[in-house]
This record gives sequence, structure tokens and C-alpha cells, in this order.
Amino acid sequence: MVDRTGTPLVELRDISIAFGGIKAVDHVTVDLFPGEVVGLLGHNGAGKSTLIKCLSGAYQKDSGQILINGEEVEINDPRDARALNIETIYQTLALADNLDAASNLFLGRELVGKMGFVDESAMEAETRKIMGRLNPNFRKFNVPVNMLSGGQRQSVAIARAVYFNAKILIMDEPTAALGPHETQMVSELIQELKAQGIGIFLIEHDIHNVMKLCDRASVMKNGQLVGTVDVDKVTDEDILGMIILGKKPALAA
Amino acid sequence: MGMVGMYMGLLQVEYLTPVVGLGHPSLWIVSVIFGIAMGTLIGAFQGVLIAFLNIPSFIVTLGGLLVWRGAAFLVAGGRTIAPMDETFALLGGGSFGALGETGSWIFAVIACAFVVWAFVNGRKSRQKHGFALRPVWAETFVIGLICTVIIGATAIVNSYIWPKGNIEKYYASIGQELPECAKDNDTIYQGVCASFGHGFAYPVLIMIAVAIAMTILMTRTRFGRYVFAIGGNPEAAALSGINTRAMTVKIFALMGGLAGVAAIIGAARQNSATNAMGQLDELYVIAAAVVGGTSLAGGVGTIYGAIIGALILTSLQTGMVLIGFGDGSYQRIVIGVALVLAVWLDIVYRKRIK
Repeated sequence: MVDRTGTPLVELRDISIAFGGIKAVDHVTVDLFPGEVVGLLGHNGAGKSTLIKCLSGAYQKDSGQILINGEEVEINDPRDARALNIETIYQTLALADNLDAASNLFLGRELVGKMGFVDESAMEAETRKIMGRLNPNFRKFNVPVNMLSGGQRQSVAIARAVYFNAKILIMDEPTAALGPHETQMVSELIQELKAQGIGIFLIEHDIHNVMKLCDRASVMKNGQLVGTVDVDKVTDEDILGMIILGKKPALAA
Repeated sequence: MGMVGMYMGLLQVEYLTPVVGLGHPSLWIVSVIFGIAMGTLIGAFQGVLIAFLNIPSFIVTLGGLLVWRGAAFLVAGGRTIAPMDETFALLGGGSFGALGETGSWIFAVIACAFVVWAFVNGRKSRQKHGFALRPVWAETFVIGLICTVIIGATAIVNSYIWPKGNIEKYYASIGQELPECAKDNDTIYQGVCASFGHGFAYPVLIMIAVAIAMTILMTRTRFGRYVFAIGGNPEAAALSGINTRAMTVKIFALMGGLAGVAAIIGAARQNSATNAMGQLDELYVIAAAVVGGTSLAGGVGTIYGAIIGALILTSLQTGMVLIGFGDGSYQRIVIGVALVLAVWLDIVYRKRIK
């Protein structure tokens, strides 16, 4: 059980974002504790990804507050988020297809040698190390990532998020492109990261994965938060009801 | 990125040099610095338009092409400015604008030493991290091959002997009697006279220097990696924390600076600055890059590829002139067909290896 008595790792308070006249995210409040996995659920277009992109720095919130360890922070671009140890695995993976795995892993944070030149060999060595842990079958270190399979690309994206000692991890449908074996690998990885005290926001459509992996689930509909429930205390039917009907189950506090 | 549009406007930078005063020793330095700085500034300005006002780069380049060309015409009032400063003109090559025989051999030796050093260094680095190494004999063979090419090229450029007139000029300038052999075109290739080989011309050296600097910049620095990353997936690059706007400005500024270098060589070579200089070159530059394997979609390409592409296109062109094939119009047709053909072959080849 996750200890939720202390200060939350992340608090998104009363966040709103509008695109033109459409309120993509409408006064949503969610929080995340260390070692916890919070699932974000909802229809396509419910505002999950948009909400999470405020935290990863891809979008700027119109109003509301972001608190990390109880302190308010300003996240204006992805660099700010990275500086706060927030790492994101995007649904689109956000890989530069023309570059190899090592270049993608270190993109924006290249290892440089004494002369200020990029140290390719060191980067490749580090990539081999982390990939050996995440996906031991991965061999294609010197080809552009567009030559890789969906699962391999996914593992590169995951490696990138994990390598830099993330404290807060955002995963936007990390298993969408994966086969059963790779999905299992991601599940195990999530358990492992959780045990290390990392907080994870998980955007996921598969209700079984949510029940299995998440501690709490926050459901959104039309940009608004329907409610947040303890996964242990509700059935998958309850959650589906929240997603489809936007109704909060009576028993959940 | 095809930001060569301002190339020509830049050429006119050289118009300003005669104003400073004739034959002044600082003249060529000032004009070189001014030319590069002007190119960089124009490039940066266009980069700002693209990055911060979100105007498509193609439109900005096209507009810039017209604007700077027009501005150049305005500044010079449509006249051709000639001649250039004497030292400045050396940058364009010619008998005096070259390394000479001894200098070229020294250059070749240094180049070979550099190749060996680069290979040894790369091997050490791979060894340190325990990656697979190529066998020693293979590496030695490659080094040998590259050095042979370097030495061969040196021998060829050295075998071009100065024309008679220039040898006469040289002896007149050092105040010595012209040696007997140099007085006749038949004996000019013998003995003492044969040591008047051209060697590597300065523009070639400038190109090599720029190519090496750019290759290092593109493959060994963060800047270069970001260029490729942005070319491959701008969104991913931005999400990785790369400041894509600042990068755009920097890339365009760099392009502008390089266009400035091209303008300097062009003006020095013709020993004049004309309005028509560099016209259509912006398209040849794109053609050369594409023939050399650069992707117009972005993210793929090499410096040496672009140079090889340029060599192929210019070889085609001068080759046709030398064998007297057709006139200008036929030559353009051939170049155009060659460009399309080269890209088509590349597409077929890429499909095969996939």
C-alpha cells in the first residue's frame, strides 16, 4: 500500500487549458505520491494527454498551480521539466527517426568529452548498458530508429526516460504498440520503478492493465475530472462507468 | 536547409571594399571579415523571421533572394566593380593564389599524418569501451588508400606548370633574370622551370578547411546533432528540450556565413563583383547537395557527400565545355537530366537495401 500521509510528489491544482474556445482541461486537480502509480483514464479527447503535457512542459497551463514536493514550480518548456527530474514517454515516442538509439537516448543531454565534443563511444556504451537491462534482445545500436520494430522503438523511448534518474515518470500509453511479451516487460519495469519510490502517471486505455498496475485511477471526461478512486476499492465496471457515463461510483470516497 | 538564397546579395558586400582605399594591406582582411559577418547577419535575420514569426523557410528564402539581389543592384547602381585588391584576389586561386610545389607536399604529409592520427584515435576510443574492432590490416589498408589518394592528388596539382607569362612576372617581381628555359614554351617543363607547379590552390584549401570544420561541427558537437534531430523530427527535438527556435536562427546564420565565404571566393576568382555573380548558384547548390545524398525532407546528409555532388555537377559542366559539347543550353539540359536521374537511382538503391 502506498503511504499517502506525507507531501505529495506532484500536485496539479486546478489546472485549466483552453485552445481557442475549447476547454481541453477544465479545473482539474490530481496528485501523485512517491512510489505510486496513478492511472489517467478517459475517452480520446478527454484531456488526459493535454493535462500531462503541462507537467512535461510541452504545453503551458492557462491557470492553476503545479507543486513538486509541496513547492510551486514554473514549467515553461521541456527543459524545465527535465531539470525537475520529470521524464515523459510520449504516445508518439518523440524519437528522431533518422538517428540511432544512442543519439535518441541522449538527445538534448549528450555526453561531452573534455574538448566539448560529443563522446559517441561513451554514449553507445551507456546505451548498451541500459538496453541490456531493459530489453536484452536489443542489438541494433547503429541503425536509425526508423529501422526498428514498434517494440524496440518503445524500449528506446522508455530507456531514455529511465536512464536519467527520473523521480516523476509520465507514460502516455506505453504499451499501445507492444506485443504481449513486451507488455509484460513494461509491467515489470513499472513495478520495479515503483519500488524505487518513483511516482508514475500512467495514461492507459486497457482497463485490465489499469487494475493490475495502478494504485489509483483518475478519470477525465470532456476536460473535467470525474473523480479519483482507489483501484482496490472499485471494480472495473465502476471505472468503465466513470469513463463512459461520467458518474462517480457511490462507494468510492 | 536551402538557405542559399541570400548568396548573391552577399556577393555585393564586396562592392564596399574599394571605398576603404586601394592596396591597403588590411583591405582584404577587412573585406573578408565584413563579407562573412554580413552573410551571418543576413542569415540570422532570415532565421529570426522563420523561427519567431513562423513564416515558412522556403518563402523567406525566396523573398530574401529577390530582396538582397535588388539591394545589391541598388548599392552598386548596376555597375560591375573591378578590380579587387591584389591580396584579396589571391583567395580566388590562379598561379599566385596557390601553395606551390613544396608547400603542397608539406600539406600532403600533414594531411596523411592527420588521417593516421584520426584512425588511431577512433580505434583507441572503441577499444576503451570494448566494442568490436576492425582488423588491423583492414584499417591499415584504408589508411594507405586515403594517403595514396592524397599523394596522387598532390602530384597531379603539382604537375600543372605556371604559364609562361606568370613565370616572367614572378622573375620580374623578385628582380632576377628570367632563366633560359622559361623563355620557350617547349623547354618550360624542364629542370628549374618545372618547379613552378601550381600545387593546391587557395580556394581548394579553403574548401578543405571548411569541409573539415563543418564535418566536425555536424558530427562531433551538440549543435550538429541537434541539426540532424530537428531535421528528422522537429517535434521530438523540441520535446527533448532542444531550443528549436534558437537553433533555427543559428543554423541560418551559419548558412549565411558560409554563403559569405562562397561570395569571397567567387568575387576573388573573377577579380570583380558583378550583379550576375552567383545567379542560379543557389539552385546548383541544392542540386549538388541532393546528388550528394542529402535528403530534402531533412535529417539525412553529409558534408563530404555534398562536396562529391558538387564535384560531379561541375565536372559534368566543365567536361562538356572542354569537349565542346553543345552550347550553354544543351549543357543545362544535361545537368538537369543528370540531377533527376541521380536522385531516381538513389531512390531505387535505397529501396533495394531495405
